[in-house]
Amino acid sequence: MKHFDVVVIGGGHAGAEAAAVAARAGVSVALVTLRREAIGVMSCNPAIGGLGKGHLVREIDAMDGIMGRAADAAGIQFRLLNRRKGPAVQGPRAQADRKLYRQAIQGLLAAEPNLTVIEDEVTDILIESGQVTGLGLASLGSIRTENVVLTSGTFLNGVIHIGDQRQSGGRMGDKPSIRLAERLAEFDLPRGRLKTGTPPRLDGKTIDWSVLDTQPGDSDPTMFSFLNKAPLVRQISCGITQTNARTHDIVRANLSRSAMYGGHIEGVGPRYCPSIEDKVVRFADKESHQVFLEPEGLDDDTVYPNGISSSLPIEVQESYVRSIHGLEQVKILQPAYAIEYDYFDPRALTLGLQVKSTEGLFFAGQINGTTGYEEAAAQGLVAGLNAANRARGQAPVHFSRADSYIGVMIDDLVTRGVTEPYRMFTSRAEYRLTLRADNADQRLTPLAVGQGIVAQGRRQAFDSKMDMIEKGRAALQACQLTPRQIGALGIHASQDGARRSAYSVLSFPDATISGVASVVPDYAALPESIQTQLWCDALYAQYVDRQAAEADLLRRDEDAAIPLNFAYDGLSSLSNELKSKLNRQRPTNIAQAGRIEGMTPAALAVILAHVRRAQKTGTDA
Amino acid sequence: MDTIFALGSARGKAGVAVIRLSGPLARNVAERLAGTLPEPRRTYLRTLRWDGVVLDQALVVRFEAGASFSGDEVAELHVHGGQATVQAVLQVLGSRDGLRLAEPGEFTRRAFESGALSLSEVEGLADLIEAETEAQRKQALRILSGAVGQKVAAWRADLIRAGALIEATIDFADEDVPVDVTPEVLALLDSVLQDLRGEVVGSRIAERVRDGFEVAIVGAPNAGKSTLLNALAGREAAITSARAGTTRDVIEVRMDLGGLAVTLLDTAGLRATDDEVEKAGIARAVARAEAADLRVFLDDGDLPQDVAARPGDILARAKADVTKGEGLAVSGLTGLGISDLVRRIAEELEQRAAGAGTTTRERHRVAMLRAVGALESAQNAIWAGQGRAELIADDLRQGLRALESLVGKVDVEDYLDEIFSSFCIGK
Repeated sequence: MKHFDVVVIGGGHAGAEAAAVAARAGVSVALVTLRREAIGVMSCNPAIGGLGKGHLVREIDAMDGIMGRAADAAGIQFRLLNRRKGPAVQGPRAQADRKLYRQAIQGLLAAEPNLTVIEDEVTDILIESGQVTGLGLASLGSIRTENVVLTSGTFLNGVIHIGDQRQSGGRMGDKPSIRLAERLAEFDLPRGRLKTGTPPRLDGKTIDWSVLDTQPGDSDPTMFSFLNKAPLVRQISCGITQTNARTHDIVRANLSRSAMYGGHIEGVGPRYCPSIEDKVVRFADKESHQVFLEPEGLDDDTVYPNGISSSLPIEVQESYVRSIHGLEQVKILQPAYAIEYDYFDPRALTLGLQVKSTEGLFFAGQINGTTGYEEAAAQGLVAGLNAANRARGQAPVHFSRADSYIGVMIDDLVTRGVTEPYRMFTSRAEYRLTLRADNADQRLTPLAVGQGIVAQGRRQAFDSKMDMIEKGRAALQACQLTPRQIGALGIHASQDGARRSAYSVLSFPDATISGVASVVPDYAALPESIQTQLWCDALYAQYVDRQAAEADLLRRDEDAAIPLNFAYDGLSSLSNELKSKLNRQRPTNIAQAGRIEGMTPAALAVILAHVRRAQKTGTDA
Repeated sequence: MDTIFALGSARGKAGVAVIRLSGPLARNVAERLAGTLPEPRRTYLRTLRWDGVVLDQALVVRFEAGASFSGDEVAELHVHGGQATVQAVLQVLGSRDGLRLAEPGEFTRRAFESGALSLSEVEGLADLIEAETEAQRKQALRILSGAVGQKVAAWRADLIRAGALIEATIDFADEDVPVDVTPEVLALLDSVLQDLRGEVVGSRIAERVRDGFEVAIVGAPNAGKSTLLNALAGREAAITSARAGTTRDVIEVRMDLGGLAVTLLDTAGLRATDDEVEKAGIARAVARAEAADLRVFLDDGDLPQDVAARPGDILARAKADVTKGEGLAVSGLTGLGISDLVRRIAEELEQRAAGAGTTTRERHRVAMLRAVGALESAQNAIWAGQGRAELIADDLRQGLRALESLVGKVDVEDYLDEIFSSFCIGK
């Protein structure tokens, strides 16, 4: 019987990233998927990144993951969002050519010598005494493995709705994983139901582009990967149009025929991705909503109209879409639909995304109640790395809220669970000024190097970059400027006679990189990208110091682990209410326990005291 | 690590109060107050001074890290127990960067982490600390229930709105959100700042220390509540007249009852009325009486049911000079039964003397000061017009965190709720 150290189920964004990182970690990996050619498919909008999401992609890339490189290879329109705001809240985003993206992912996976792709259906997960021992496959029979990463996306009990029509499926044209769903039901994990939607796909040849506004990409594109400098393929623009009163009338007149409003859907949808029905009902006073027409590829005429997802019947979709300026003659290639699917309550997972009750079983992606390619890939990275570490006998890797958006997301998921499909926003990160897209490599690449998952090329590039940054910073800090010298650069500084380092002057609102460079030759000698990086670092230096102190305290609490089987019932000084919350949520460290509502420092001290005693005596308390 | 401090001795009036500092700045700050303390574990009689102002004469002792109850560097100030003194010292300590009031249980946790406490000691202390936390929570509820309570709710709503507006321009920059939210944010900040400054100043210039227990006198109109209050206070604090419904506002008299600081509340008589002003007075009377630590019900045979009696509350027959019956009876007019009533109130309150006082108020004052600083910084950032939304947002978060003990915890979900209900997000 075949054996793999890690088997990843599913070839979406979570599965691809999980398989890639496990392979980089040097263990033998199999990726089991229903259709080999569907690996890396973008099932919703043809775009990667954005605010918060772009941060995640940069972090994945900093760990030498594949999403950023694939997005760069497939990017046909790059825009840095919030370009006019500070670097802490800038997020890279790109329209991606679907086919090129899929090819890039498949190519990157094919380049991993430790990775085997198996085209088959998983029908069983074999468990012995609480540990994974293998998988049952429909055609191949059984394979042995101790570590499984499940990334089944919306395929679990997926139901697609178009008007009052419903059909089982995980994605248009794909069958749902019913047998796997039945097997998973036996695990008796808490689960919930979510829904999401997608707009109709349009035939670009039938759009009257001549009457529409266009949105070009940035003239100076910002890449996702720290390894790339410029787009690899031809760049295009997106079209922009708007809904109008007639569109809204059509939607309103047919509301009862919408699956959503006709009462056919029980799952909870995301508030930040409302259907056109939602928009018309909830924001009735708005006369029009923007629609972005996003081309799906360079040699593909399909257009994704971002902003008009729906679960109305096909004929109504046709009529509301054709009421929109420029789309009067449009042909719908694939109807809009809503999809409901099961997710597992992520509070049943550890920070390494392992199911607490089953050793060796990891969950990543939409199955955990998240939405978005980037969120899925980031979880894949965490689950894949931890599965590999379990296989190679290394300690789990936990990401902290203080070091990454990945840490923020995982912590949110496993401590708070989800009430709607979870999407990353920069406002979720308490340490937003520290956790920037521009410094993701400074924050995470050393960790990845320590884990042995970074290729030599990137390691060398990173080392030489850090070398230049250190030299530049030292030069800037060593150069002390008088108020007069600062004034001569056109920068306002109080004439208090105090000298300031060029590093702190760089953070002044009216300072320019070229101005400061003119008085610090060693800084001027650095490549432009390094000069800019030092400017970003200087800009937030004072805030970073303050956040660092807070972050240290947080890390201390995160480091104080609580065993999963810790017996709270024996702790007489905890209230019953607290005990039941602790028993339900099973925090894995003191920081998580501290965020439970009603928790007091005194109760934390008691828990900590018992945990320490249990560790000393080697019992389970 | 912050240096934390707290009143280590029991609250209420006492001859001596012990203020403890624990953390890296403990010795430094103690010496700045008291002069050099060359030897650890030795008491020094010193005059405490801060910026040249004499605070008190005190016994001061310091302990070195590793040889103290918390394991940190520790200093203890044994000051005179008067509330004004204690408050002055706490205020001075709180004004120093790197120093802050300890959270309940924080000393214990530090002591445990440093190995200075055993598990059973932690457990024993935990019970005490839970009680203290509960007392603080009740105190906060009391503070929140009055007029300030309504303001606090408005602060929360205003700051969430301001934060949400800024966050919307950051996280949904490519969506259909207003481009310039600053006029509304500035208006919101201005309103909250005005309130906060008023509260901070108000709490500093208050002539009397509004600490201690509140005792509400409750009864039907003309049951003799004001007369009783005047008799207790020994002066004409409330206007009394034979006309029912005279007391339309809540009248407070601060007094010393059997050694305890007590604020007596004379409330409007409770009855159904069509008079709008009196109605408002009655509503306020009910709210204040509900929030008070103790209620004295004056029964003139027509006891209103608007205010519920709680365990420990006192029932007394009113106008004892003209009525007859069993049990406690008082007459404000003749003084009959007044000393019995005072003893009953004092007995009841002494049992509760573990409640939090000065510390809670000081905590709130510091919280409001910090919030003012953070919100002013946000305001300045907006005025400077550099478009640094992420820094404005950071200031707002700091402000909300400072006010957490008053307005409750605000997190990203509160922001998102506000954003998604205000704007159509989702292109």
